[in-house]
Amino acid sequence: MSVAVLIVLMTLAIGLRAPSFLRFGNLVGVVGDTSVLAIVSLAQLGVILIGGIDLSVASTMALAGMIVALTNQHNPQIPAWAYLPMSLGIGAALGAVNGVLVAWGRLPPIVASLGTMSIYRGAVFLISKGQWVTAHEMSAGFRRIPEGKLLGLPYMLWIAIAVAIFYFILMRYTRSGRDVYAFGGNASAARYAGVNERKVEMLVFVVSGALAALAGLIYVSRYGIAQSETATGYELNTVAAAVLGGVNIAGGSGTVLGVLLGSLFIGVVNNALPVLRMSPFLEMLIQGIIILTAVVANTVADMRAKKSLSSGRRL
Amino acid sequence: MYFPGIKALDEVDLSVREGEVHALIGENGAGKSTLVKVLTGIYRPTAGTIAFQGREMRFSDTTEAQRAGIVAIHQEPVIFPQLSVAAESFTEQMPRRSGTRLVDWGTIRKRTRELLSKVELDIDPDTSMGSLSVAQRHMVGIARALSMNAKLLIMDEPTSALSIRETEDLFRIVRQLKAEGTAILFISHKFEELFAISDRYTVLRDGKNVGAGVMADTDTDALVRLMAGRSFSQLFPKRQTEIGEGVLEVRHFSSGSIFKNVSFEVKRGEILGFFGLVGAGRSEVMRAMLGLDPLERGEVRVRGNAVRFKNPHHALRMGIAYVPEDRQTQGLVLQMSVAHNICMPQTASLSRGGFIAKKQEARLTQEYGSRMEIRAAGWDVEALNLSGGNQQKVVLAKWLATKPRILILDEPTKGIDVGTKSAVHGFMSSLAAEGIAIIMISSELPEVLGMSDRIVVMHEGTVSAVLDRADATEEKVLRAATGVSA
Repeated sequence: MSVAVLIVLMTLAIGLRAPSFLRFGNLVGVVGDTSVLAIVSLAQLGVILIGGIDLSVASTMALAGMIVALTNQHNPQIPAWAYLPMSLGIGAALGAVNGVLVAWGRLPPIVASLGTMSIYRGAVFLISKGQWVTAHEMSAGFRRIPEGKLLGLPYMLWIAIAVAIFYFILMRYTRSGRDVYAFGGNASAARYAGVNERKVEMLVFVVSGALAALAGLIYVSRYGIAQSETATGYELNTVAAAVLGGVNIAGGSGTVLGVLLGSLFIGVVNNALPVLRMSPFLEMLIQGIIILTAVVANTVADMRAKKSLSSGRRL
Repeated sequence: MYFPGIKALDEVDLSVREGEVHALIGENGAGKSTLVKVLTGIYRPTAGTIAFQGREMRFSDTTEAQRAGIVAIHQEPVIFPQLSVAAESFTEQMPRRSGTRLVDWGTIRKRTRELLSKVELDIDPDTSMGSLSVAQRHMVGIARALSMNAKLLIMDEPTSALSIRETEDLFRIVRQLKAEGTAILFISHKFEELFAISDRYTVLRDGKNVGAGVMADTDTDALVRLMAGRSFSQLFPKRQTEIGEGVLEVRHFSSGSIFKNVSFEVKRGEILGFFGLVGAGRSEVMRAMLGLDPLERGEVRVRGNAVRFKNPHHALRMGIAYVPEDRQTQGLVLQMSVAHNICMPQTASLSRGGFIAKKQEARLTQEYGSRMEIRAAGWDVEALNLSGGNQQKVVLAKWLATKPRILILDEPTKGIDVGTKSAVHGFMSSLAAEGIAIIMISSELPEVLGMSDRIVVMHEGTVSAVLDRADATEEKVLRAATGVSA
């Protein structure tokens, strides 16, 4: 996993310029910050594994985030933990819409989610009437969802860890996970072997929606604001994280660990730029260049490794 | 034109003259396609030469061959469905506007119209290729060849998808081209057509010349005798097995013009060979049976009970495993491990509460992986790291692991090395001995004759003969496959 090496090298290089970046507290902060991106990127992973892209993850974050924020604003008595299953449920329903469009409507994932991306974003406007929900309108419990500490680590990091473990088990040890890889690797062979393609497509989109919505909950409670612009452009970060993590954009291969590392890389870049006093006007540009360079480097390295592996082990 | 001594094909000589239609005859795998590939620059001969219009030629690719004037039209012409007829006709050499690199569409349309009128095709040059019939595509193929000033036109089974009327149209064009001095190399399995259109012939068998001459001096009988008589170079170890009761019966299968009224039965412990020339409809019958293709009429009975399979998995649950022909696209998931590939059809029965039982998975992989003698660095190695022969063994292991009672193998030894091939034949024998009924589709006559207890021969979508092992001879099988009455 060459991206792990890149992360370490980059972290040390930033530390040379700004030693405070390497302080333990700051590093924990960086990792915590990455939680949201990691969760959404895992949401994206399943869809990429079947050869698609879910463009609606960021809109799902925004819509689910707005629904829970409004619920909290009007019903502050609801215990904070209840928002976790609530967001998952909302997201699963939103993801199921994509799933139905793909599995029964036979739309390519990118097309189906392009439509729902706009619809969900529009729905945020509709239900909020264009208003924001801000920090002082949220209950204290709600605000503590991301930042509360357990064993010195923020809740949101624990949530990300739980999601990663869930995803890892799903993909590695269950029949459904196996079917996802089989279908993504070779749909025709999978069909002959009796893999139910609709079930696979529904599964990845429902999981994608659920996790994106969970990330949306953390996002709005963390930044203390729910609005129609929440997490705009986030869907592209998730694709970048997946590709950085070695996930094959054509489907069939990719791991949870890879996506976590890819997300961490982007998290480090995002946190480092302000530390290095980079002009905010340049931030996006530089971010793009660094991510693109890393993706190219990583892809080339993986291709080399694969080539030497296959020539060495061919029997 | 002379092509003496092409070593890859073992000293094949072929000469085609200007203004003649030359028939190239031989059964599947006799070397016809290889010869065509050598002529068109796809393969390079290891020895021997190609002389074209008196000059010795060396083609490093098809473009060079086309420039020289050798153009092949394949059985199913590769087309770009979105392109217009005009664009398709000039894919190779697009005329440019003078002094620029811009495509001159005006000239292309004009010249396409001329070419189309030459092949008597009354369509607009802007029509998209995808909307044409197969016959029309063939005509455009010829037009395209003419746009390249073809001197030698190679037609590989051009009539296999054409109706009688369309065939007549095609032949009229062929005769006209011939009259204009074009040399035509004509490949077909249909003797009637060969006698109608060809002047001379060359027969290949096992990559060797076995006969050549003038069509008018020969007859169907003599040609079939030349095609047959292949040597049994490999060992086919079908053992004598006890053949039991019928387990699968197909009755009156029909689907449009693809196959008509096909009936057969396979019994316990029997290997039922399915032979036919390419395009006879063998795989199509199996695909229709398994619910992959539509079926118009017909009935399937498994142990006497009528069933209609919805998909291959449904058939699998009834104990019927179908091993498709193309292992790369239909058989394997290359990025997955050998173990995961072998266990793929059974993730359901291998899992407990949604979780895959790793121990049982490992046991199943070990059992069938070692039984099929798969050579891999480990069961967790990705399938893409295996050789073709070992990949084929993985595919077979995968279906065998489902413990089928009826096994349908579509070209089980196509494109694998001789060693693996004989291993596969060995497995088939021992499976039959265990009481499994096997249907083997094969285009290799020696394999069919060596392995089958009975042989179903198909010709143009119908069963033309069912032969017992004892009275099956190459000649009989070939006669039935080419539709020559006995």
